[in-house]
Amino acid sequence: METLIGLLVAAPLLGAAVLLIGGRRLDRSGHLLGTLLALVSFAFAVVLFADMLGKSADHRTLTSTLFTWVPVESFQAQVGFQLDQLSMTFVLLITGVGSLIHIYSIGYMEHDENRRKFFGFLNLFLAAMLLLVLADNYFLLYAGWEGVGLASYLLIGFWQHKPSAATAAKKAFLVNRVGDIGLSVAIMLMFTTFGSFTFADVLPAAAKAGSAQHATITGIGFMLLLAACGKSAQVPLQSWLGDAMEGPTPVSALIHAATMVTAGVYLITRSGAIFNAAPDAQVAVVTVGAVTLLFGAIVGCAKDDIKKALAGSTMSQIGYMIMAAGLGPIGYVFAIMHLVTHGFFKAGLFLGAGSVMHGMNDEVDMRRYGGLRKFMPITFVTFGLGYLAIIGFPGLSGFFSKDKIIEAAFAKGGTEGWILGGCAMLGAAITAFYMTRVMLMTFFGEKRWVPDAEGHEPHPHESPSVMTIPMIILAFGSVFAGGLFSLNSRFVHWLEPVTGYSEGDSPVSTGAVTAGTLVLLVVGVGIAWLMYGRRPVPAVAPRGSLLTRAARRDLLQDDFNHVVLVRGGEHLTRSLVYLDHSLVDGVVNGTAASVGGLSGRLRKLQNGYVRSYAVSMLGGTAVVVAATLLMRAV
Amino acid sequence: MNPANYLYLAALLFTIGAAGVLIRRNAIVVFMCVELMLNACNLAFVTFSRMHGNLDGQVIAFFTMVVAAAEVVVGLAIIVSIFRSRHSASVDDANLMKL
Amino acid sequence: MMTALSTLASSPAVQLAATTSRTSTGEAVQFWVLATIAVLGALGTVLMKKSVHSALSLAGTMIVLAVFYLAQGAYFLGIVQIVVYTGAIMMLFLFVVMLVGITAADSLKETLKGQRWMAAGCGIGFGILLIAGIGNASLDTFAGAGQANSGGNVQGLARLVFTNYVWAFEITGALLITAAVGAMVLTHRERTEERRTQRELSEARVRDGLQVTPLPPPGTYARHNAVDIPALLPDGSTSDLSVSSTLRDRGQIRDVSTDAMRRLAALDQSAAEWLGRKGLKAEDVTGAGEIATSASDRAEEGAK
Repeated sequence: METLIGLLVAAPLLGAAVLLIGGRRLDRSGHLLGTLLALVSFAFAVVLFADMLGKSADHRTLTSTLFTWVPVESFQAQVGFQLDQLSMTFVLLITGVGSLIHIYSIGYMEHDENRRKFFGFLNLFLAAMLLLVLADNYFLLYAGWEGVGLASYLLIGFWQHKPSAATAAKKAFLVNRVGDIGLSVAIMLMFTTFGSFTFADVLPAAAKAGSAQHATITGIGFMLLLAACGKSAQVPLQSWLGDAMEGPTPVSALIHAATMVTAGVYLITRSGAIFNAAPDAQVAVVTVGAVTLLFGAIVGCAKDDIKKALAGSTMSQIGYMIMAAGLGPIGYVFAIMHLVTHGFFKAGLFLGAGSVMHGMNDEVDMRRYGGLRKFMPITFVTFGLGYLAIIGFPGLSGFFSKDKIIEAAFAKGGTEGWILGGCAMLGAAITAFYMTRVMLMTFFGEKRWVPDAEGHEPHPHESPSVMTIPMIILAFGSVFAGGLFSLNSRFVHWLEPVTGYSEGDSPVSTGAVTAGTLVLLVVGVGIAWLMYGRRPVPAVAPRGSLLTRAARRDLLQDDFNHVVLVRGGEHLTRSLVYLDHSLVDGVVNGTAASVGGLSGRLRKLQNGYVRSYAVSMLGGTAVVVAATLLMRAV
Repeated sequence: MNPANYLYLAALLFTIGAAGVLIRRNAIVVFMCVELMLNACNLAFVTFSRMHGNLDGQVIAFFTMVVAAAEVVVGLAIIVSIFRSRHSASVDDANLMKL
Repeated sequence: MMTALSTLASSPAVQLAATTSRTSTGEAVQFWVLATIAVLGALGTVLMKKSVHSALSLAGTMIVLAVFYLAQGAYFLGIVQIVVYTGAIMMLFLFVVMLVGITAADSLKETLKGQRWMAAGCGIGFGILLIAGIGNASLDTFAGAGQANSGGNVQGLARLVFTNYVWAFEITGALLITAAVGAMVLTHRERTEERRTQRELSEARVRDGLQVTPLPPPGTYARHNAVDIPALLPDGSTSDLSVSSTLRDRGQIRDVSTDAMRRLAALDQSAAEWLGRKGLKAEDVTGAGEIATSASDRAEEGAK
């Protein structure tokens, strides 16, 4: 069984290698190979899962060490895997949803001449993400972490002939690098503090650490949070996520549902012991989560681009998860549970959006959709189920997971609990609003279609079955996953051995929370229906209020970055350049000039006449003889 | 007479030869002056050999002659080829190697 | 000369007892006389304007040095000095002097500013230092060559060369080979175009239309066939083309075309005097010579 863990990672990696090295001769079959290997990986995961279910809860962790990667004295980095319930959850999500997205991409990328390369990158993405969640130490996790960054860069910039895609890829890569610094510093701190970076050494040591190490552990926590912010697009490193929509839609689905953004949640949950020992860092985590969930939701309300609206929604939902993870043992389980359900419905929503774009000549502006429900029934139903799931319609999966997070937020206790719970409920209301807006603008109302740039009238049609079947499967997941997990607290029992779980002491009863959330849900949907359902949607966006305009610009995030980081950096650079020119160059040039002047005078001796050289030789010899005689005389 | 006088003579001849190298411009004469310096050294070697009562000095002088012969052959070949291309045997005319 | 040298070598002045501080009076006299010659020769090498004279002065100095070698018991080196140095190397020098231009006298006027002063300063300083160094050394006693030469000078040298110095010997052998090859490479001139055949040369001559036939040979008089006597043209004048251009430039053409007439006139005159008759005058013959010169000028123009 242990061998299977390695093969799990190796299968997509092999696919990436074969597809990327294989060249054009694989153009015709490459997508099938890539999909097959993703499915093989999923099959391995299912086998491992079945095996794991057969064991008792305490003996479910499998480990497998392949070889020592960096053997340097006490710095022994192993390529070792650890498969426990947490990893298993991620592996199933990554390979399952990933495989569905592979299948979907066969249809979506059918006319793209670089389809083979696309599947190679997708496989690479899966391999890196699997490496990330399966690693048994932070060092190997870091390798997967960087691999995910690389794959996302390649995929976001897949249509690099578009300058906007190339810029978006670079932006994602650079912002991620900022986060990566956090992870690398955290690993360095771990190694100096605990002398190791394996989960098995670090996490128990952190749990037992005395007050002397408290400051260091808090530092590690902050650094891990920085890393998670970069990868999971949390405030203040969220700016890359919206631009990442420049990539092909399946990539967006993959990034948002199964890989990439979930890495931050995984990191914080995996490092739970460190955060438990560092309450200050936990406060920072919940703050980031709460801010991001409102931030993303507000941005999502204002976007007219269907993919960017969904991106805002992802940011918001990941904010929920981060906040839950920051709550400690009362939240870890629900963070992961929401992550899985979100994986289903967000993948479904993105694939649905892709399907809509497929039928509308790649139009993304929702103001030019309208009335599509008759033309794309399957997409409408699956998208609709995803919509109901995400807003937390009772009985669907989002309802269970989000409700639990809100309960856990209240259970944090004290003022903090009230604030967090309030934020989470407000977020739920806004989610209901913007998702209803998306739904109404896309599938209901009048047709507002316009011809594309080349004058082709859109002819909306249902996508081929290779695209709709994954959407149907995901829709099933969106509907039933939450209920399945919540039945008998199954998911809690499943994850408890790894992450720990404690019932919070909630000041508000469960029923009150659920009722309040439902009321807010109805309010959000109602407002959206009043604004977009009853009245025709204007084809050109109205100017809107100050907040709307700010939200359209991602709440001025890019402007903030520009003013503070870019301008500031430019000023710093300019002053450094000035210093360099005046001081450093002055010294260097001065030295050079004086040497040059001296050489210019010495050069006169080099007149090219052999006889002058001979004079110097003879003179030199005379000096040597004189010196010899002098030394003898002394 | 003290045989050291041979050494003084050798020193004198060597100095004259060196001065000739510095003063003359005709490459052939410069070469002759170099030969004069080599011969002065040979005289000193032979005198040393006599002073020490062994033949090592003479062996060195012998080797000097061989090297001098080789040097003359190459040197004169160079002079001839320079003369062929520049129509001058003056060392001052070959002054291209300068900054 | 060789016999004189061998007598010198075997003279009692050379065969000295070991460890003494004086040489024989004979060797002292020989030294002072020959040393003067050697220094004069060296100065001549440096100061003579013509390189041939320099070479000859150097040869003189080398012969003197050869005598000194013999006087000091280095018989082999003395002979090699004469045969190889004076004989071979100096001849090589003379050959090159000949190739490069025997007439080109070197101006001793200095062209480099300060070169002469620096040379003088460095030379004198170096010489003084060298001589001071030798004077400083304790050289009062010397071993003499007798012991070393007891088994024969050449045999002794051979033993050293092929035992202690065999490596250096082999290396110098390689050096000599390299030098020989190097000299050949340096003086070799690469032919960049095909050598022109006789046919091509004659075709070129016809094409250019200058002078198709060979130039007229000199000395067509039966009584004179020297190269400086031009051929006669049909009108009795001389052809300058038939004489080497060097002689023509130097004006060393001997025109004998009028000699026969002049001699005939002289004969006539003496006969007339003898017979008391009035004969031909020599002036008329001179006038005929002038006409002949102008005719030869015309012929040259035609050739051009």
